[in-house]
Amino acid sequence: MAVTEHADGLVQDKLLTKAASKRLTRWQRLRRDRALLLFALPGVVALLLFHYLPLLGNVIAFQDYQPFLGITGSEWVGFQNFSIIFNGDPAFLHALENTLVLTVLQVVFVFPAPIALALLLNSIAHEWIKRVVQSILYLPHFLSWVIVVALFQQVLGNAGLMNSTLRAHGMHTISIIGNPHLFKVLITSQVVWKDTGWGTILFLAALSRIDAALYEASDVDGASRLRQLWHVTLPGLRSLIVLLGILRLGDVLTVGFEQIVLQQGPVGTDVSEVLDTYVYNNGILGGNWGVSAAVGLVKGVVGVALVLGANKLAHVFGEQGVYQS
Amino acid sequence: MSATVARRSAFATPPGVGRFSALSAKAVVLAICCAVVLLPFLSVVSTSIADQKQITKAGGYVLWPTHPSLNAYRAIFNGGVVTRALMVSIGITVVGTLLSLAATTALAYGLSRSGSFAHKPILMIVLFTLLFGPGIIPNYLVIKELGLLNSYWSLILPTLINAFNVIVIRAFIMNIPQDLIDSAKIDGATEMQVLRRIVLPLSKAVLSVIGLFFAVGYWNNFFNALLYINDSSKWPLQLVLRTYVVNNAPLGSDQLQISSESLPPPQSLQMAILVISLVPILLVYPFLQRHFAKGVLVGAVKG
Repeated sequence: MAVTEHADGLVQDKLLTKAASKRLTRWQRLRRDRALLLFALPGVVALLLFHYLPLLGNVIAFQDYQPFLGITGSEWVGFQNFSIIFNGDPAFLHALENTLVLTVLQVVFVFPAPIALALLLNSIAHEWIKRVVQSILYLPHFLSWVIVVALFQQVLGNAGLMNSTLRAHGMHTISIIGNPHLFKVLITSQVVWKDTGWGTILFLAALSRIDAALYEASDVDGASRLRQLWHVTLPGLRSLIVLLGILRLGDVLTVGFEQIVLQQGPVGTDVSEVLDTYVYNNGILGGNWGVSAAVGLVKGVVGVALVLGANKLAHVFGEQGVYQS
Repeated sequence: MSATVARRSAFATPPGVGRFSALSAKAVVLAICCAVVLLPFLSVVSTSIADQKQITKAGGYVLWPTHPSLNAYRAIFNGGVVTRALMVSIGITVVGTLLSLAATTALAYGLSRSGSFAHKPILMIVLFTLLFGPGIIPNYLVIKELGLLNSYWSLILPTLINAFNVIVIRAFIMNIPQDLIDSAKIDGATEMQVLRRIVLPLSKAVLSVIGLFFAVGYWNNFFNALLYINDSSKWPLQLVLRTYVVNNAPLGSDQLQISSESLPPPQSLQMAILVISLVPILLVYPFLQRHFAKGVLVGAVKG
């Protein structure tokens, strides 16, 4: 009840301000709000310069861009730069394949991990144990990728903690870091290590919002724990899972640039080149500006299209999705 | 309420026979999870203070130092490449956080009255950035055209505003009762005075959390430094970490500006660099941890 009244009040406030603003002319409103506009100015300028200006810079995807000629002086070549995408340049296809394989691995292993951990944490009745464990498991989220990669090297590297210990006990060492065959597994496990704990926050919140009466009712009906999980807990998490799934879909073509660029050296680009590193290596290091910008642009457009499409699909299935139009 | 739910959730231990084993299974799983997170830190700190003899004997890395010494730390704080990078990182983090916080708060306040002039278009400008990122190449070209390559500003200005943080602070400001602001205005307060005397004091909690997030972001920033800073004398700590720890570039007496006789074991040096890049995060972590869950949830609801 109280909530509705409050909301009514808000709506009324809004109507009043709207009515008040209607009566003023544009010029009067500008004069009235000039201080607010001045406050917004620095931030807006920063966004225009470092977000919207680069968006326009994407036009070089349609140019044979030469740094010394600049955007105005370089030759326009239409869709020529996009031919490596549509004609299937082997290096590009390879990067695409690696990206998609990593995405599949991450959807299978990274996505469900926080759900499982949240269910486990939620079942701990001792609040303090829960809090200590959470404090420890959230920590890696705040470390940079450089630090995470260094930590992994230090534990799993050829001279690292694990192999030193194995060697000291006269056992065979296991080559993990710098081993091309295990590269994708390594990348995936690093993401699990870094972000699983952090990922539980949203799921724990959603779990605490499930109505306890549902569990009591299913208890009375004699439901086993497993059936409760299936019929009460997971449905309670469904809209959150859908939401995170949609957001993840927008990043289908994005797999940790920093993480991969840091570890590309020893394993070679064959197993490790993904779309973002392809753009970086070819464009900024290799000087193929136009082609790389074209790949980056297509990647961005595909990402947005996937989010919008998935959101629509979620609405069709009666879910809230990320936003509502 | 949440406590009752916790006890009744699907994995809650059934009363009776299976109770003990289910409980210990859970304990073991959680203990392993915690150990997997904590063990690397222990090993890093131990190796950074271990002596050459023990490192050689252990074959590289140690879990518990028998003769701890701070030589590695003395060496990296001696004024060489690591000291300089540390200063750069501290400077970027302090200046960047202050500027980001100021610009974000001002923008959020400017957007906090829904009937105001150009409110909708400005809000759209902010929100649209969440949907579409411009891509690596155009970002690089803009920084280059603006003459910011190899400038410290290239590490601050591109990440000055984060739309997500604007939305969180704006939501917070909009929850401040409008009457409070109106009455101050009737008393003749300017917008600046309203911001400073009313809005800022009431928003201290959210601002400190967002500030910490900015600080962690600037401290950890590797991507922009990799793209925009070629001059190694301007490297922040993350690039030094990548070069000398991840890529194992030799870190000799030249780089550290110490005599070669007093050079600590390379592993200790590497791990000491890792430790000093970790310490600031660990220092702010308790404060972050107290508030961040709330911050994430606000974002999830309002974003």
